[in-house]
Amino acid sequence: MKQKLVVIGAGMASGRVLEHLTDADPDAYDITIFNAEARGNYNRIMLSPVLSGEKTYEEIVTHDDTWYATRNITCRFGEHVVGIDHDAKTVTGENGTVAYDKLLIATGSAPFIIPVEGKDLPGVITYRDLDDTNAMIKAAKNGGKAVVIGGGLLGLEAAAGLAERGMDVTVLHLMGHLMERQLDEAAGYLLRRDLEKRGIKIITQASTAAILGEDHVEGVMLEDNTGLEADLVVMAVGIRPETRLATDAGLEVARGIEVNAQMQSKTDPDVYAVGECVEFDGHLFGLVAPLYDQAKIVAQGLLGETGAFVVKDVATKLKVTGCDLFSAGDFADAEGREDIVFRDPSRGIYKRLVIEDDRLIGAVMYGDTADGTWFFGLIKDGTEIDEMRETLIFGPAYQGGDTADPLSAVAALPPEAEICGCNGICKGTITDAIAEGATDLGSLRAKTKASASCGTCTGLVEQLLQVTLGDDFQMPAPQPVCGCTDLTHEDVRRLIKSQALKSQPAVWQELGWTTPNGCHVCRPAINFYLLADWPIEYKDDPQSRFVNERKHANIQKDGTFSVVPRMWGGITNADELRAIADAADKYNVPTVKVTGGQRIDLLGVKGEDLPHIWSDLNKAGLVSGHAYSKGLRTVKTCVGTDHCRFGTQDSTGLGIRLEKLLWGSWTPHKLKLGVSGCPRNCAEATCKDIGIVCVDSGFQIGIGGAAGMDVKEVQPLIQVPTEEETIAVVLAVTQLYREHAKYLDRIYKWMAKVGLEWIQEQIGDLDTRRALIERFELSQSIYRKDPWAEQAKEPPKFAPLADLTLEAAE
Amino acid sequence: MNWIDVGGIEDVPLRGARLVKTPVGCVALFRTDEAEVFAASNRCPHKGGPLSEGIIHGQKVTCPLHNWVFDLNTGAALGEDGQIETFPVRVEAGRILLDGHAVGKRSAA
Ligand code: SRM
Ligand SMILES: Cc1cc2nc3c(=O)[nH]c(=O)nc-3n(C[C@H](O)[C@H](O)[C@H](O)COP(=O)(O)OP(=O)(O)OC[C@H]3O[C@@H](n4cnc5c(N)ncnc54)[C@H](O)[C@@H]3O)c2cc1C
Ligand code: SF4
Ligand code: FES
Repeated sequence: MKQKLVVIGAGMASGRVLEHLTDADPDAYDITIFNAEARGNYNRIMLSPVLSGEKTYEEIVTHDDTWYATRNITCRFGEHVVGIDHDAKTVTGENGTVAYDKLLIATGSAPFIIPVEGKDLPGVITYRDLDDTNAMIKAAKNGGKAVVIGGGLLGLEAAAGLAERGMDVTVLHLMGHLMERQLDEAAGYLLRRDLEKRGIKIITQASTAAILGEDHVEGVMLEDNTGLEADLVVMAVGIRPETRLATDAGLEVARGIEVNAQMQSKTDPDVYAVGECVEFDGHLFGLVAPLYDQAKIVAQGLLGETGAFVVKDVATKLKVTGCDLFSAGDFADAEGREDIVFRDPSRGIYKRLVIEDDRLIGAVMYGDTADGTWFFGLIKDGTEIDEMRETLIFGPAYQGGDTADPLSAVAALPPEAEICGCNGICKGTITDAIAEGATDLGSLRAKTKASASCGTCTGLVEQLLQVTLGDDFQMPAPQPVCGCTDLTHEDVRRLIKSQALKSQPAVWQELGWTTPNGCHVCRPAINFYLLADWPIEYKDDPQSRFVNERKHANIQKDGTFSVVPRMWGGITNADELRAIADAADKYNVPTVKVTGGQRIDLLGVKGEDLPHIWSDLNKAGLVSGHAYSKGLRTVKTCVGTDHCRFGTQDSTGLGIRLEKLLWGSWTPHKLKLGVSGCPRNCAEATCKDIGIVCVDSGFQIGIGGAAGMDVKEVQPLIQVPTEEETIAVVLAVTQLYREHAKYLDRIYKWMAKVGLEWIQEQIGDLDTRRALIERFELSQSIYRKDPWAEQAKEPPKFAPLADLTLEAAE
Repeated sequence: MNWIDVGGIEDVPLRGARLVKTPVGCVALFRTDEAEVFAASNRCPHKGGPLSEGIIHGQKVTCPLHNWVFDLNTGAALGEDGQIETFPVRVEAGRILLDGHAVGKRSAA
């Protein structure tokens, strides 16, 4: 008698098994197939084109009724299997039991549902099968708002499809960038940019707290209390192998049904499993390529031959038109690896290859994925790439042309992009002037005024000359930020503004960085430029800061830290001193020192004690003194009119007011102020970055002093009659410095580049002054906070992650 | 190998580091990418700088004290004569697994 084969699940994997089996020997088995879905096998991966309207369901059916009929397969579609008895060798469906000789479990996987309130509301759906797809198409008919939870492959295909059908779509993603398992940050950034161009909103680091609604979904609430309206919520946060039947039947199940290389259950060799429901050698499967390999092995096994399944690398693509991405191979830990990065900002292209032992082991590409298959081949075959290493990234067609063009960022700017901020000159005006015969910097300046004021755009103007004139223009040697780019600090600053670059990956990509994520030289600079230019949109990145600014304390040569609380204008009182003394006792502080900045330093505090000592000091009203920051340090004052017989104005009071307005602000380098009550200048105001000397008729404000490696006397900026105006000038000049100076230039260095006159013009113009103050205040609405208190709220993870020494002692 | 679960990947900030105390001294775990972690000695061979406090870029770390740069794959200092020890580590299902043998811990069994 013919052997009986029962198949549970008519999905992509079992479909392929049946094809191989019936092609090889149509009469080998008497086949019965169950499927929970009320239909046979269709191409599940093409559901996304069905959702977006590019295809119909009929076009993606792979096995229709005739197909099953001609092979005499008994179809029990729309019937769930509810039990397997592998001792008795029977399978029970909702409508009755059948016996088998061989069983194939191909139940696929089930979407993971995050266990939040409201997850069962009508209008909350997952994305797995045709019914889900139809539900989305139906919901989209009414327009409205959709929230897709999950920025992976499925979530983004759902989002793109829904947007295509006219819904207003927001994607929530838990991680820092989209598709983080397949893409690195740079590619994730480009993908996000392209999706946003289609009107899809994307919120990263978004953790869903609850789904809201009475009898239908109405919205989504995030952990940070952001509320979003929603008429439809699609949950696409991941999948879990569908193993319930196997578990109940007593088959060995880890995360998936455990199988050997012949795809037989480890418990019972007459039971095969295939597809997303299996686990092999610790691996799970979520893409079709390996499932097809498995299907071949299963068919062989059923026909009495033995093959062996081996795990191979898989490549990922996203089926969203216009978002060309490719990712393959391994980016996770391995020794001795090297990156090759290529970016072409003008064409939105990013490519990264990961090489190990002279072999390609991973590739990520965005924008131009034409060579993806070729790279994937090199990965799978383990081809030695030694010979082609230099040119590998340019792909198989490389014949010695085409290299990364350092000028392409400038070439890519549209004509209306502003190049010279001072004079409002855009690229088009400059290139027109070049075309009309201005072929050097001097004549360009004369003609257009570009780079004729503060001069920070000189590099860009020169690059425009070069892009436009080619070899006719001799570029002066530029001083790039670091080895990651050919651009200078000034160019980067201006491009961040004119191209509205608001994230680090945006800078890396659009400005053609040659490394995946910068280095210790450029990262702190870029982090500062971004937060200075986009205080609201950009979020400060602690990992791009020198340790002191990350730990809000100064690291010492032995790895301990020093803690300096603020003493506003150098004034303190008995309570504060007592709190400092108590903290010194409690944390065994070895050295307590009065600093040169009129406050007290607790030196030698252990890293893990920092949050505790802060919270103790906070209780006495003491806050961070930022003795560690490229930001406002101290405002040194003298006793002034309160006590001194020569004092002309309240220098102490003014110092304190200034310190309270300026503290917390980040600046290109440290910023120190001094306010002296009279020209005797006991607060040393004439050697501070900004110094104020009070006189009978008002306040003399000087800038550009220093007393460190260089000793500089301040230059007179302006004299003003009132304290209010003094404050206005100080805030404005601070903001001007924040917006224009190169990272790690103190005011005196910046002033030497742009000229005191230019600064005086800006501050002298009352509209400009007001606008500078407004922008400073906007930024301070975020940064005028005590970082110690902020960190103590959610204690930072400064302690060791684990201690393995304890058990070792036993 | 004797893989020991020392913590979750999200306990280490992206491009940040955390320490693990081990019988061979403090081992720093550097998270260079969403799911990529390297383990190496925390002590800079130059003057003992704590490498876990450095800036992490690509698969490298820069010492916070005097800017020596180390390749985390090999432990070699770039352009300097120096080397830090590296240890086998892997990330699986969001957990960081450190090789107990390599950090001087006898097998639990
Ligand atoms: C604590 C203190 C010395 C003291 O015991 O008094 C100090 C200590 C340090 N200074 Fe200073 N400076 C201190 C007042 C000064 C002064 C005097 C002043 O501010 O009136 C100056 C000269 C004035 C000036 O800045 O123009 C000063 C000029 C410097 C410089 C040179 C800056 C320059 O542009 O040339 C550096 C190096 C740097 O910043 O790159 C520096 C750097 C340092 C660092 C942060 C070195 C470092 O990177 O580790 C020292 C940290 C020691 C520690 O472990 O805590 N320190 N430093 C003073 C803290 C003041 C405060 O309350 O915040
Ligand atoms: C929208 C979408 C897009 C995708 N895009 C891609 C892509 O571009 N590239 C790629 O490689 N992969 C893609 N995939 C993944 C791919 O579709 C799956 O890897 C593949 O379908 C898994 O095949 P399978 O046979 O294991 O499971 P499935 O195809 O899911 O089939 C399992 C079947 O078993 C049935 N079943 C489950 N339990 C029972 C039960 N108790 N009784 C009866 N029947 C049961 C189910 O109803 C289902 O029909 C995509 C998936 C989706 C949902
Ligand atoms: S003078 Fe030099 S040694 Fe003294 S605290 Fe300042 S940086 Fe350190
Ligand atoms: S201690 Fe690390 S570079 Fe000096």
